Amino acid sequence: MAKKVPQINASSMADISFLLLIFFLVTTSMDVNQGLARRLPAPIPPDQKIEDTDINKRNLMVVKINSANQLMVQGQLTDIKQLRKQVKDFVLNVNDDAYMPKLFEEDFGEPLGVQKYTKEHVISVQNDVDTQYQAYLDVQNELVAAYNELRDECARKYFHKGYNELEEDQQKQIQKLYPQKISEAEPKNYGGN
Amino acid sequence: MAKIRRNEKREMPALNTSSLPDIIFMLLFFFMSVTSMKEVTYKVQFQTPQATELTKLEKKSLVRYIYVGTPTAEFRKQYGAETRIQLDDVFAEKSDIGEYIINERSSMKEQDQGLMTVSIKADKETRMGVIADIKQELRRAYALKISYAATQRTNY
Repeated sequence: MAKKVPQINASSMADISFLLLIFFLVTTSMDVNQGLARRLPAPIPPDQKIEDTDINKRNLMVVKINSANQLMVQGQLTDIKQLRKQVKDFVLNVNDDAYMPKLFEEDFGEPLGVQKYTKEHVISVQNDVDTQYQAYLDVQNELVAAYNELRDECARKYFHKGYNELEEDQQKQIQKLYPQKISEAEPKNYGGN
Repeated sequence: MAKIRRNEKREMPALNTSSLPDIIFMLLFFFMSVTSMKEVTYKVQFQTPQATELTKLEKKSLVRYIYVGTPTAEFRKQYGAETRIQLDDVFAEKSDIGEYIINERSSMKEQDQGLMTVSIKADKETRMGVIADIKQELRRAYALKISYAATQRTNY
């Protein structure tokens, strides 16, 4: 009679495959779609004429990106790393400078109280047809980051919590204080082919 | 005459679990194939740009994607190496976007229609002219909630 080969103990195989299964369940569901959320302005009806809205020059911050991905803020060549601080200074206008947006006083309700804020400021982003998408997104990212930092600082000052941890109506209060006003112009061809 | 066994111990036969690993493996493969499944097969190749202020896209059923990039190697002969737009599984022109959005929106539940988000998955090398055209089409189709797909920036 042939000698029987002893069976391999395979009872732990199930455990191993269970581990694998759980591993894949955890890792694959982590892959979520992320992105920079923006809102487009509503379309202009075709019969309506495009009128130049009269924005006081001091309320306007112009950010231009050319076809070589260079950045011009308020007429000056700027590095992307300085943009965030410039935007924050512009939106805050701590010293009430004449070339910075006009300050308005308003009551924002408890606990913010009466605050000065730049109600009418607008940040206008203009890009060239040949601007690289990455450069454009960098600028958008810095603008959103500047607002997020302002809101977060405000939340920590008055609510002692991060902006994301606040209740919805508390977030609304801060949003009113720092309204996100980013306007995008139609793309034009500025210099460079 | 029947043989009476007395002193033999009667044990419960061990449950045969040898097929358990196979079942689990089947489950494993099922999940592996389902969860990592892409929304479409890419006909354009793209590398999304990097950013830091990212938000997650909630509710995948409300998100529609527009892919922008250069055609992959197998389509390059036919379509060239210029930047192209892909909607669902096919190449599209920018004039098709409006119709696509309206069709997709009408297939959604009525209360969800206003929540539709369009995610633009574009290559970071794309020229803004293309993106601006897409944005104009989306505006015209009243798809105003958009998201620029990006990956988390790790270094500056």
